[in-house]
Amino acid sequence: MSSVPTHVTSPSTGTSAPVTGLRGLVADWSSDGQTFHIAWGKAMMWFFLLSDTFVFGSFLTGYMTVRMSTTVPWPNPSEVFALHVGGADVPLLLIAVMTFVLITSSGSMAMAVHCAYRGERVNAARLMFLTAAFGALFVGMQAFEWTKLIVDEGVRPWGNPMGAAQFGSSFFMITGFHGLHVTAGVIYLLVVAVRLLQGKYDHSGNHQIVEIAGLYWHFVDLVWVFIFALFYLW
Amino acid sequence: MHTTRDAPAGQQQHPIGLYLKVWALLFVLSTMSYAVDYYHLQGLWRWGLILVFMLLKAGLIVAVFMHLAWERLALICAVLLPPLALVALVGLMASEADYLHLTRLLFFR
Repeated sequence: MSSVPTHVTSPSTGTSAPVTGLRGLVADWSSDGQTFHIAWGKAMMWFFLLSDTFVFGSFLTGYMTVRMSTTVPWPNPSEVFALHVGGADVPLLLIAVMTFVLITSSGSMAMAVHCAYRGERVNAARLMFLTAAFGALFVGMQAFEWTKLIVDEGVRPWGNPMGAAQFGSSFFMITGFHGLHVTAGVIYLLVVAVRLLQGKYDHSGNHQIVEIAGLYWHFVDLVWVFIFALFYLW
Repeated sequence: MHTTRDAPAGQQQHPIGLYLKVWALLFVLSTMSYAVDYYHLQGLWRWGLILVFMLLKAGLIVAVFMHLAWERLALICAVLLPPLALVALVGLMASEADYLHLTRLLFFR
């Protein structure tokens, strides 16, 4: 420890209460100590999500580049993703429903984290199952969307009848990678929820694993916010 | 190894009403960004509104649902500063787009 008083250690619990704000930032990054005062699992999840940010960020940047530089008009997403309901084409209907499903799942996940920290193990697991069900519903709707696009509209990664060939490759790459994340998230949530019900986390009395799983789930929702705005609405 | 946990009492415990409010707000923001497309807004209004709603939603999710607003500044900086490199990449690629477009006009028509 440095001579600068960066932490106030309470003798009763042994845990430290570091100073906050800008001074806290300096204190955390100096003094050859532990930088992040959170559980290692949570810190590692944050770094994984940071790396994932770069993966999706690069995908979306690549999409922007091909869309800005294509010599053929870009297909209008509003028309491509329209659903025929009641004799009229409603633009982006399925995508809007998918957005609401994912936001709802994020809300129920936040509730699960809340319950887990209050020690309501069963309620937390129930809400996680609900979140996973919403996630599965999202993937199901995405499968429907892909089928419609591939079978009915003839969109392929190398071309499509509506316009720029890069539309298909960008679409399948970006939404495919996101769908993969949702699928992995559903499995992750189910595993944690089942282990929670079995009481596997009770011995430590620490249900932070729910919050860590929640971080991943909210990130999946976060990525969808960007895909929805930049790919479907733009 | 010295392990540090969140405060035992649950550092990231916030009133459930806050989550519900943010949840409702996300719904409203999504509906509004959908309305941008539904009412066929075009031009600057379209791009502007889409980006504003997107950033508001992203901010709410990261700050409240992912609890970043209550984390220490060390973690906030470690998470939010590196993606600025992506912003730089977007800027570079956008400024290159005209040149790419011209090259395609020359060779891929």
